[in-house]
Amino acid sequence: MNAAPRAAAAWIFLSPALAVIGIFFVLPVLAAFALSFTDFDIYALGNWDYFRFVGFQNYVRIFETPLFWTALRNTFYFVLAGGPLSVAVSLGTALMLHSKLARFRTFYRTVFFLPVVSSLIAVAIIWRYLYHPAHGLLNYALSFAGIGPVDWLGDTAVAMPAIIVMAVWKNFGYNMLIFLAGLQNIPDDLYEAAHLDGASGWQQFRSITLPMLKPTTVFVVMITVIGYFQLFAEPYVMTQGGPLNSTTSIVYLMYEQGFRWWSMGFAAAIAFVLFAIILAFTLVQMLLQRSVKR
Amino acid sequence: MNRLRAITPVLLLLAGISCGPQQERVTVLKFWGFGNEGEMVQPLIREFERMHPDIRVEVQQIPWTAAHEKLLTAYAGGSTPDVCQLGNTWIPEFTVLNALEPLDRFAGASATLQLDDIFPGVLRTNIIDSALYGVPWYVDTRVVYYRKDILQQAGYEEFPATWSGVLKASEAIQRIAAAKKKVAYPFFLPTNEWVPAIALGMQSGGNFLKNSGANGNFSGPEFTRAFTLLSEFYAKRYSPSGMQLITNLYNSFSDGVIVMYITGPWNIGEFTRRIPPHQQKLWMTAPLPSMDSLTPGISLPLGTSLVMFRESRHKEAAWKLIEYLSSVETSVRFYGMTGNLPPRRSAWRDSALASNVYAAAFYRQLQRVDPLPQIPEWEQIVIRLQTYVEYVATGTLAVPEALRRFDGEVDVILEKRRWMVENAR
Amino acid sequence: MKRRTMSLLLNSGLFLIGLTTLAPVLWMLSASFMPSGEAGTFPPPLFPSAPTLEHYAALTERLSMMRYFLNSFIIAGSVTVVSTLLNSMAGFAFAKYQFAGRDRLFGALLSGMVVPAQVTMLPLFLMMKEMGFVNTYVGAVIPGMASIFGIFLIRQFVSAIPDSLIEAARIDGGSEFRIYRTVILPLCKPILLTLALFTFMGTWNDFMWPLIIMTDQSNYTLQVGLANLMGEHVLDLELMMAGSVVTIIPVLALFLVFQKHYVRGIMVGGVKE
Repeated sequence: MNAAPRAAAAWIFLSPALAVIGIFFVLPVLAAFALSFTDFDIYALGNWDYFRFVGFQNYVRIFETPLFWTALRNTFYFVLAGGPLSVAVSLGTALMLHSKLARFRTFYRTVFFLPVVSSLIAVAIIWRYLYHPAHGLLNYALSFAGIGPVDWLGDTAVAMPAIIVMAVWKNFGYNMLIFLAGLQNIPDDLYEAAHLDGASGWQQFRSITLPMLKPTTVFVVMITVIGYFQLFAEPYVMTQGGPLNSTTSIVYLMYEQGFRWWSMGFAAAIAFVLFAIILAFTLVQMLLQRSVKR
Repeated sequence: MNRLRAITPVLLLLAGISCGPQQERVTVLKFWGFGNEGEMVQPLIREFERMHPDIRVEVQQIPWTAAHEKLLTAYAGGSTPDVCQLGNTWIPEFTVLNALEPLDRFAGASATLQLDDIFPGVLRTNIIDSALYGVPWYVDTRVVYYRKDILQQAGYEEFPATWSGVLKASEAIQRIAAAKKKVAYPFFLPTNEWVPAIALGMQSGGNFLKNSGANGNFSGPEFTRAFTLLSEFYAKRYSPSGMQLITNLYNSFSDGVIVMYITGPWNIGEFTRRIPPHQQKLWMTAPLPSMDSLTPGISLPLGTSLVMFRESRHKEAAWKLIEYLSSVETSVRFYGMTGNLPPRRSAWRDSALASNVYAAAFYRQLQRVDPLPQIPEWEQIVIRLQTYVEYVATGTLAVPEALRRFDGEVDVILEKRRWMVENAR
Repeated sequence: MKRRTMSLLLNSGLFLIGLTTLAPVLWMLSASFMPSGEAGTFPPPLFPSAPTLEHYAALTERLSMMRYFLNSFIIAGSVTVVSTLLNSMAGFAFAKYQFAGRDRLFGALLSGMVVPAQVTMLPLFLMMKEMGFVNTYVGAVIPGMASIFGIFLIRQFVSAIPDSLIEAARIDGGSEFRIYRTVILPLCKPILLTLALFTFMGTWNDFMWPLIIMTDQSNYTLQVGLANLMGEHVLDLELMMAGSVVTIIPVLALFLVFQKHYVRGIMVGGVKE
């Protein structure tokens, strides 16, 4: 068998998917990249005479825009607080479900996954109500603990934590499944050997579970970070970026600049700055991982 | 009903086959309504269709939160509707796009639409470069809601007509509350709102922008005076400087923690519903106080207009719909259904509105509203202003520094406009 | 003894977390049966005082939810069928063929996952307009016909299939497409189910693209229709809850039926790098 016809077969298998991705994803991305060097906005949309190539002006303007720094801070807040929390909850629930002592495991697995399959609009409707300052369930529950009513989505100090809690609730089930898979892949005889050596439960967890789970954890952290950096839908449906921009994320800012104020060129530039940030973050993570391995 | 509508095309097709070319032509209009209004308008539309058997109206409901992006994409994609409701602050933006049809020729020939019957300040928001681009559908402005009993205790039988009067009343109210060891914020000015700041700015002379709208002028003398007055309310603790203290406006109002508050017409219904029955006689509305001797003080000309898109191929029919929806009779009925205030002054003589004691302040206020700068960037600018209201309220920045920084930000937003003005395009 | 305490702790912990996770959803279900206005009272009622179906009736009569339901179903169904096919072919090719630039191409694709999808929306919309697909099912379906994540998932799975199986089929004289159809696809069943479910749910739950591309209300999907209910001065809380229930139930049912495969698929996709 020679390789040439097989390579041809490979391309035939690839071409439909690549064509779709090329035309309906890569091409628009390239177009957006080109737009980021123009001042395409509402004036240009109305009249092409008002269209200019502006070089890197949009990129310079990003760093002069106070709202960008706010959005950057909010996004990091969400990634650095929500990311670890989400991973921890996923790992915790996975460990609990994996334990042989746990009952009704399938039932709980389904329950934990329920928010993942629910639509965000429906979730937003429920949570906006739970968070309602006057007659929401959450404030009602807290009132028994003597905690006064909190305006969860209207107070700049708690709006982002409220978004984080909702996002973790919505998403932890997915990572939990991945962790469960990782746990199930750890051979039982490792534990048996450790048991014979007289290792305690905690020692077994430290010396077997955690190291064996490392590839899974790396994967989960990676997809969580990438996903959380692109925070958009939750603030969009819950707070519209408010109050006072306290939940405006970078993608939300991009969306607002592009589709609300129609500064498409500027919005595109914001998207590529975010792209650079995520890429840098991912590379750092990969480098760290490699250096730890050595 | 819906199933019937789904097979209507089939029926029409069958009818077309059997009747042949004599079949009467039906014009189909597309009307976009936002959120709840898109649904509430349905019975009115059905009646319009009964009156005009040759016109069929397809109403499309757009979620409020996505209305703006939906309209802009529709424009970019050449799929705008025939008629649409549009907040009057959005009109400048869509005229820049050249998306709207000027309505002067229709309005001039109309038998029922009397432009001089519409509140003049609101009508002016629909006129850009002396062409009419929208017909007001309902109007909205901001007035003061206040506790009559508490102001009386402080020695005010009538609501103060000037801001200095309001400051004095606030001081008295706070003194009385302190004597009773109670918390009181006499005048609630939310830090996440730009409306009070802009209303004060208009009262002190406007001039928000300079150089033909190419630069911010918020650090100019007029707005500085307005912002200083606003900051006084926070400095003297007449208003809370954060939002966390007031989680439920209606409870705070009923507890007397808040005594005065600037808000819009929808709160008539909310106050009626949410203030406990025994307190219903204790609240009232008043037009804004004034910074000079002319009363009432100027407020904002808000509201929603009906616009026709340039791309519409059924302009005559579209106008009929606009004419019908903005008529005195329809707007009075719409008020009954939604509480939205009619734009025609003659409609206010209708008993339902005339007998509403809370609406009277709105009527007086609507006579004294002034247009805002008609540039597409305006909404973006005032939303950014909220951040600076908070800076000043919390004492993070002093008024001059806050306004200087705000002007810097406004200038960045207006960069394109400046280039256009400089190149005299 | 110690074991029993552990078990008690663990199971009560699970119960608490389960309750927290489930409570919002259960409350939504309960509120959807409350008479108008009851859910907005204080303290919040946990159960309807007089259960009613009026909001479900209103959804179908007044708000043409059935129509939206059908639209959602057609769009999500088409995307699922097409994308599962295209992604599985591409994933197979990436996993089991050697060709020039393979790894670089795959890496480039993966880096595409980092691009915020919102940035493509406007150029994509303008393309759809040029192609005449605005306000059509085709326009709603096309951008979802292949996905980088789907290809990635399949590749991960297929990589684990021993080459010997493919070689054996080749020796038997099977064409490459036959190998894909008779060897790969049957072995891939769990991951295909995962991907199909995943795609269906993703498309079913998508809000922004259908809103932008569908200009006629008769073409709206459930999510867009539901978003319409979320007004600024919300009064019909119970109606919105009923709407939420209607949008969640189909995907939930699918998940319950296929969850075994689904869970297995996710596990395969997640673990290996």
